[in-house]
Amino acid sequence: MKHNVKNPLSNREIYGITLCELGEENKDIVVLDADLSKSTNTYRFKEKFPERFFNMGIAEANMISVAAGLATVGKIPFASTFSVFASTRALEQLRTSIAYPRLNVKIVATNAGIEIGGDGATHQAIEDIAIIRSIPNIIIISPSDPVSTEKLIRAISEYNGPVYVRLGRWPNPYIYNLNEKFEIGKAKIIKEGSDLTIISTGNMVNKCVQASEILNSKGISSTVIDMLTIKPLDCDIVLEYAKKTKHIITVEDHSIIGGLGGAVSEFLSTTYPIKIKVIGIKDTFGTSGRNPEDLFNYFHINTEDIVKEAELFLKFN
Amino acid sequence: MKISNKKISMLTHIASQIRKDIIEMIWNAGSGHPGGSLSIADIIAALYFDILNIDSTNPTKKNRDRLVLSKGHACPAVYSALSLKGFFERDKLKTLRNIGSILQGHPDMNKTPGIDMTTGSLGQGLSAAVGMALGLRLENIDSYVFCIIGCGEMQEGQIWEAAMAAAHYKLDKLIAIVDYNRLQIDGRMDEVMEVEPVVMKWLSFGWYVIEINGHDFNQIIAAINFLKLINKKPKVLIANTIKGKSVSFMENVAMWHGTPLSFDQKERAIEEISKYETQCKKPAI
Repeated sequence: MKHNVKNPLSNREIYGITLCELGEENKDIVVLDADLSKSTNTYRFKEKFPERFFNMGIAEANMISVAAGLATVGKIPFASTFSVFASTRALEQLRTSIAYPRLNVKIVATNAGIEIGGDGATHQAIEDIAIIRSIPNIIIISPSDPVSTEKLIRAISEYNGPVYVRLGRWPNPYIYNLNEKFEIGKAKIIKEGSDLTIISTGNMVNKCVQASEILNSKGISSTVIDMLTIKPLDCDIVLEYAKKTKHIITVEDHSIIGGLGGAVSEFLSTTYPIKIKVIGIKDTFGTSGRNPEDLFNYFHINTEDIVKEAELFLKFN
Repeated sequence: MKISNKKISMLTHIASQIRKDIIEMIWNAGSGHPGGSLSIADIIAALYFDILNIDSTNPTKKNRDRLVLSKGHACPAVYSALSLKGFFERDKLKTLRNIGSILQGHPDMNKTPGIDMTTGSLGQGLSAAVGMALGLRLENIDSYVFCIIGCGEMQEGQIWEAAMAAAHYKLDKLIAIVDYNRLQIDGRMDEVMEVEPVVMKWLSFGWYVIEINGHDFNQIIAAINFLKLINKKPKVLIANTIKGKSVSFMENVAMWHGTPLSFDQKERAIEEISKYETQCKKPAI
C-alpha cells in the first residue's frame, strides 16, 4: 500500500511507486539510474517497464547528458542518483546539457541532507540546494511528506522543463491529507501564528511543526510554512508573513550558506529587510551517525534546537 | 561503390565555401576557433550535402538524422553548412558571436535552426548522442545519430563513459567521427596528454572502427556508407585530419586553435583556400 499514515513509506519509496503509475499513464516517461536503483527506488519502474529503464552504471556525468539527449527526441527522462552525485559530480552536465537548453529532464535526487547516517560526509549532500539554486532555468522541489512527494512528482511530470527534486532517505510523518492539492512554486501554510514565522523544507518541516507546538505552550505563537518549491521561491507568502509576524526563522537539513535560508534572505533583504535567523548545518562537513536523530542533535537542527533558537531570536530582536 | 566525379567536384566546392565562411566569420567576430573548424570542413560538407537526411524547411522533423557537434567550438563550419542548406539567411553568418545573434560562440539548439544539441563543454556531446539514439530506438525511428568529437576531447573521461554505454546498449545507429588532427590548445597531443592507441581504445570499448583520411570525400562517404551496414555495435570513424587545413600558415600550428585573424591574414587565407580548391579539382594523373 502506497499510503499508510501510521507507518509511512519514505519519500524515495513514494517516488518509485508514483513513477510506476506515471509510466502507465505516459509512455514518453523513461527512467535512468546510476547503479543505485534499489536505493533511489527506480528499480520499481525497471520491474514494470524494463524497456524504458536505462541503468547507466556508475557514471553519473554520462547519465545526466544521456538524459538530455533523450529529452531532445521527446522523451521525459527521470534521472536518479544520490543528491551528492547529482549536484556535484554531474553538475556541469546538469548545467550545460540540461538547464541551459531548458531540456525536459527531471533529476530526482535521493539521500539528501545530513540525515542519511552511517555513510558519513562523502555521501551527505548539504550543498545541493545552494549549488542548483544558482543555475538559471531549473526548478527545485523539496517535498516534506509522502503526499507532497506523490503530488509534486506528478506535477513535475506535466511541467515542460528541467527540475531538481530533493528527497531524503528516511520516512517522514504525514503532514497533509491524501486529497491535498499542490502546485509548483507554491508553499503551504501548515499552522498560523502571530509572533514568528518558521519557514522550512523537506524533513525539517515536521520538526518545525513540533517546535511550534512547544513554543505555543510557552506562550509564543508561530506560523509554520512548508517551502515545497525552493526555486522559484514563493515570495508572496514570505513577504506576507514577514510583514505579519516581523520575525523569520528558516530551518533546513542543508548548509546555512545559500540554501532555503539564503533564498529567503536574498529576497527579504531587497523587499522588506528584517532580521532572519537561519538554522542549518554551520559550514562544516557531515559525519557518520547511527541514526538521523543523533545527527540532527549533533548538528543542532533538532526540535529542541529550533525552540531554543526561536526563543533567543525573539528575546533579542 | 565509387563516388562520381561530379559529386566530388560539388563537395570540393562546398568545402571551399565553408572554409571561406569560417575565415570571414571568425575575422568578423574578432574571436573564434579557425584551426579545428577548417579541419572538419570536408567532413561537414560530406555530411550536410550527401549523408544527412535533413530538411531546411522542417528543421525539427522527427525522422531526421541528428548531428551533435561535441567539439562545439568548431561550430563556424556547421553554421556555414546550415546557411548553404538554407536553414537561415547567409548574411546571419556576419553576426557570429554578437549580442543577440542566432549564432552563438558555441552551438545553441534553441537559437539556431538545424542545431540538434547545445554543446561546447567538451565531453558531453557523445553522451547526448547516446541519449538520442536510445530515444529514437524506443520510438522506432530509423534515423542515424552522428557525433563529431575532437581528438583532444578524448581526454575527457565522460567520452569513455559514453563509449561504454553506447556499446552496452548496442546503439548501431550511432556513428561517431573523431576529428583526429593531433593538436590541442596547449600544443601537440602527444606532449599535452597522449590518447594513443586510439583505434585500440575504441575497439576495446566495443565499437566498430574505421580509420580514414578526413579530407578525402571518397573515403569519408564510402566509410560512412559501409558503417551503416554494421549491426549491433556503435561505430566510429577515426578521421585523420590537418588542423587549419588549406591555409598554409595555419596548418598544424596549435596557436590557430583559438586565435582570430588580422585583415591581411584573412585575405591571404581566402586566397589560399581558392588555390586549394583548384588543386583539388585537378584531375588525377
